[in-house]
Amino acid sequence: MTDGMNLTLNIWRQTGPDDKGSIHSYQVEGISSDMSFLEMLDVLNEQLNARGEEPIAFDSDCREGICGMCSLMINGEAHGPEVTTTCQLHMRSFKDGDTITIEPWRASAFPVIKDLVVDRGALDRIIQSGGYISANTGSAPEANSVPVPRDKAMRAFNVATCIGCGACVAACPNGSASLFVGAKITHLGELPQGQPERYSRVVDMVGQHDHEGFGGCTNIGECAAACPKEIPLDVISQLNKDLRTALKQGH
Amino acid sequence: MTDMPDTTLTSDTSHDEPTAGEYDDAAGYYTLGDPIQDAKAPAGPIADRWQTRKFEARLVNPANRRKLSIIIVGTGLAGGAAAATLGEAGYNVKSFCYQDSARRAHSIAAQGGINAAKNYKEDGDSVHRLFYDTVKGGDYRSRESNVYRLAEVSVNIIDQCVAQGVPFAREYGGLLDNRSFGGVQVSRTFYARGQTGQQLLIGAYQAMERQVAAGTVEEFTRHEMLEVIVADGRARGIIARDMVTGEIETHLADVVVLASGGYGNVFYLSTNAMGSNVTAAWRAHRKGAYMANPCYTQIHPTCIPVSGEHQSKLTLMSESLRNDGRIWVPKKKEDCTKDPRDIPEEDRDYYLERIYPSFGNLVPRDIASRQAKNVCDEGRGVGPLVGDFRRGVYLDFADAIKRLGEDAVREKYDNLFDMYERITGENPYQVPMRIYPAVHYVMGGLWVDYDLQSTIPGLFVTGEANFSDHGANRLGASALMQGLADGYFVLPHTIRDYLSEGPFEKIDESHEAVVEARKSVEDRVAKLLSINGTRSVDSYHKELGHIMWEYCGMERTAEGLRKAIDMIRELRADFWTNVKVLGAADTLNQSLEKAGRVADFFELGELMCIDALNRRESCGGHFRAESQTEDGEALRHDDEFAYVAAWEFTEGDEPPVLHKEDLVYTAIEMKQRSYK
Amino acid sequence: MADPVTKHPTLIEGARASRTSIALKFLMAVSGLVFVGFVLGHMYGNLKAFAGHDAFNEYAHHLRELGEPMLPHEGFLWIMRVGLLVALVVHVWAAVALWRRAQKARPIKYVVKKHTGAIPASRLMRTGGLTILIFLVWHLINFTIGKVNVQGGETDDPYNLLVDTFDVWWMTLIYLAAMAMLGAHLHHGVWSACQTLGITGTAQSRARAKTLSLALAIVIAGGFSLVPIAVLAGIID
Ligand SMILES: Cc1cc2nc3c(=O)[nH]c(=O)nc-3n(C[C@H](O)[C@H](O)[C@H](O)COP(=O)(O)OP(=O)(O)OC[C@H]3O[C@@H](n4cnc5c(N)ncnc54)[C@H](O)[C@@H]3O)c2cc1C
Ligand code: HEM
Ligand code: SF4
Ligand code: FES
Repeated sequence: MTDGMNLTLNIWRQTGPDDKGSIHSYQVEGISSDMSFLEMLDVLNEQLNARGEEPIAFDSDCREGICGMCSLMINGEAHGPEVTTTCQLHMRSFKDGDTITIEPWRASAFPVIKDLVVDRGALDRIIQSGGYISANTGSAPEANSVPVPRDKAMRAFNVATCIGCGACVAACPNGSASLFVGAKITHLGELPQGQPERYSRVVDMVGQHDHEGFGGCTNIGECAAACPKEIPLDVISQLNKDLRTALKQGH
Repeated sequence: MTDMPDTTLTSDTSHDEPTAGEYDDAAGYYTLGDPIQDAKAPAGPIADRWQTRKFEARLVNPANRRKLSIIIVGTGLAGGAAAATLGEAGYNVKSFCYQDSARRAHSIAAQGGINAAKNYKEDGDSVHRLFYDTVKGGDYRSRESNVYRLAEVSVNIIDQCVAQGVPFAREYGGLLDNRSFGGVQVSRTFYARGQTGQQLLIGAYQAMERQVAAGTVEEFTRHEMLEVIVADGRARGIIARDMVTGEIETHLADVVVLASGGYGNVFYLSTNAMGSNVTAAWRAHRKGAYMANPCYTQIHPTCIPVSGEHQSKLTLMSESLRNDGRIWVPKKKEDCTKDPRDIPEEDRDYYLERIYPSFGNLVPRDIASRQAKNVCDEGRGVGPLVGDFRRGVYLDFADAIKRLGEDAVREKYDNLFDMYERITGENPYQVPMRIYPAVHYVMGGLWVDYDLQSTIPGLFVTGEANFSDHGANRLGASALMQGLADGYFVLPHTIRDYLSEGPFEKIDESHEAVVEARKSVEDRVAKLLSINGTRSVDSYHKELGHIMWEYCGMERTAEGLRKAIDMIRELRADFWTNVKVLGAADTLNQSLEKAGRVADFFELGELMCIDALNRRESCGGHFRAESQTEDGEALRHDDEFAYVAAWEFTEGDEPPVLHKEDLVYTAIEMKQRSYK
Repeated sequence: MADPVTKHPTLIEGARASRTSIALKFLMAVSGLVFVGFVLGHMYGNLKAFAGHDAFNEYAHHLRELGEPMLPHEGFLWIMRVGLLVALVVHVWAAVALWRRAQKARPIKYVVKKHTGAIPASRLMRTGGLTILIFLVWHLINFTIGKVNVQGGETDDPYNLLVDTFDVWWMTLIYLAAMAMLGAHLHHGVWSACQTLGITGTAQSRARAKTLSLALAIVIAGGFSLVPIAVLAGIID
């Protein structure tokens, strides 16, 4: 591995929720371009462990771009320079001698737990407040009794691919979670099964969103650019439209 | 399209009984206990058993449900579905997962689809056929009454998911689409592009979150279960570590459900998530739950190969690639480092087409995997050197592109090709892909009866964590089916019967079982942090994985397994004296989490080897070199091994105790498979 | 109705659509679009300057008589003024509220932050809005309330006031800078209003809204700039 890359890493370290935290600088050597970004951090962590320094805490689980656990701000971009998740970013996107700054998602609704790990429970609570279709187990009608037009089903699927990673919030200059909320509103709102609760859902979810301390959307578009699943800005338009209808219907 | 079932590709030949019975390879490594007489399935015709059981299960008054508490460890399809359903019923549910959100359980990674005997294509599918395929696919090593029930409730799963808003693929008329998977001759696999697991899980997750808002389910994310509390002979709670604060917490309940997923990470590299572990199941095993068939492992042939020592996990690619790609390696070792495009046709060995002329590249998973390993072990693998070998074979689309045109290939496989390129940096339209087998699924797990109850009363086990439905090999698109069947439709009935005896006598934190469980967890954490040796947890995990892969992987021999057992014991002893875990107990500490998991993997790995050693036959995902036909095909020994091996844990240096549950088939006849 | 079992479970009680951050956005969008309508009309009037002294003054005078006798003298103008003032208060109030939300939503800033996917105008909305507000005050002092002629000439002849003002190079410069800001504000603002009102639900409609936004920004900022440039260049005198 003599021909690998040498990199300078500026990494946010914070011992716990109450610590102030700061950027620390580390050197890594011999990084192969076939490594994933997180494997590069694994290498650094092994080095830290060997010299008695506590390894850097960061989240990851599936490491195949689907669970939404990984969450790093890399050189000022959520999930780094490619349109993918942090775990699917590979070192061939960098070059020898680069300096890489790694920070946690920043939002008051995502408090830092340690180093690069944040608490995204706020997104779960938004779902709890209405991001579902009420259908008790056992009460479902035969699946084919309600046809769903194919284009609607496709759109619902496309936006249902959101992995709840929070990159949209991290990227948004307003710290808004509108892309996330819009994706769920659009997913459920496109389906016939989602109609009965459609307008109470949007009000409850947006209410929870605001309550969690996320910012208001000003349609800047950095969220969609950062989204690893390429959720389009249309969903925010849909969200606004549904809220407008809810307003009219007196919700 | 990830999964390709084995058996539907096969032609059955009747099987002459080989002479067996004179070996006891595992002698000395185990003791034989009493057989398991009764798995509690009702008697009667197979098609009526589940109805009978549901009817016989006692009821719980709705007013009492609030007073009954249920702990569910795991929020995957199995755990999430159960939490939602039991919450809706009004029980008091506590749900645990180690991720930061219930939505991230590893079920999310399943790509291909979910089976259901809907027979929407009117192509001859039925509950009975799905049942038959699943038992046959499992190489006749599963319990037939469980499998039949699985096939039976499969149709309800699709209804339930559609009602929740799962966006399955649809046809132009707006009705559900489905496809035949791999070589299956009926279309019964429902899918949501390549993200079926994700969509099903989000459906279950949302249903569960709704119950959180309703106050029936309480969520504990970033909590790792580290011990089960067994008080007065019943499972009454768990000890969990809050992974943020490090606090060791006691949670008590009337019943405990483990839905903690598979333990494929014992191999270090697998398609499982980084955090997938055996800890939850293993702790229960140590407290008296039997572990069944731990050696049955499914190895998937089309994964992206290891690129170097740094590799932390493997990525699966849909097996559908084998429909159009041709698998080959160079005939000569010296060609292995050449650009594959410069290797002339006559110097290529299309080994699957050569060995299995009628099935060619579409042979079942285990055969494709084993042959890939064989050619690489011969030194004819391609790609980077990893250890002593190049571990990879070509999957070449050049012919398909010539035959169908690049556009047609693009249409079929574009997202897979993209994924491949993102990970490897190579463009598969120009250079052949490289693939290699990887551990994908474990059929083994905690032993459960027909009610999904383990040998500890009040401890139920669902999903990949139990052993129940897939025998020695799992059919594609059946794990999702099982997780949801268990969670939505089976467990809520069987657990009800158990709970009708409750609420059980109140216990509190001063109960000796609680004190003991807590103390053992605290001691273990303190021990791991105090060793302060020289080696990192990961380095041990890698070494263990290497041993498992070499000796308890695709091909197993008595000699290799014995060697592995010795190596694991040695490594484990070294771990407990020389591991280096930094940081404190009272904060987020990822090294500590990993250390606890690896410690349990050592014990599991040893048992897997013993189980593999004992089972001197080849069946499904378990291939013993000593048990093959002249053509090198797997050979079962039904006369000797048609049983579930349920292992009981023993303290100290006592060897584990083997309890056999004989497999009796009333609705199906056992057959030997053949691919030539 | 109040059956606790069938009640829709939610975490926050009594969420109201009208109290959401999106409702604030509706107010921004509607008031913003009122401004757009206004500036379009205003620009049309300004361009009358090219038709000469009398036509321009005639127009200014006509505005005061519009709607008579149904409305009293200057009635239309006052309706406009009150309407605009309300819109302004709403617009600025909502802008400040959203701004404060955003500050609170990210108390700790990134050390390094890129702005992939954002057009520069979108990030200028707040400072740009503030600039426009300051300019507006000056502009009203200049032409409407205070009628300040920096050259000391007469002030009750609108055409002459205009020419005298823009003959001064730095006055034109201030004006042009403000128009650039306005252009930027509209470049993002019009698209943003479409999105907020929920009429950009497809990729095509989104592209159309963006084009419209850019077109309006160029037309309005350009249209307003023509007069001062023409004055400075001596085309209008
Ligand atoms: C890449 C891939 C593709 C697949 N494709 C398919 C497919 O196409 N079709 C198909 O049918 N099957 C497929 N499978 C298999 C299938 O996805 C799994 O077997 C199934 O989803 C397992 O579900 P589960 O609910 O049992 O466990 P999981 O989804 O793994 O959930 C385990 C849960 O337990 C929790 N947990 C574990 N340990 C602890 C602990 N100690 N303390 C607290 N919580 C704990 C976790 O947090 C998690 O919530 C695939 C598997 C993989 C890896
Ligand atoms: C008077 C001073 C002004 C201030 C302080 C101001 C401020 C702002 C701010 C901060 C925004 C961004 C908020 C958002 O995108 O939601 C905004 C949006 C907007 N502004 Fe202004 N603005 C002012 C004047 C104007 C004027 C004169 C016009 C019209 C010519 C205008 C039109 C718009 C429009 C259309 C929007 C978009 C609304 C939306 O996003 O939905 N603004 N304004
Ligand atoms: S919308 Fe995109 S960026 Fe936001 S949470 Fe979902 S996947 Fe992540
Ligand atoms: S670790 Fe699962 S998406 Fe990155």
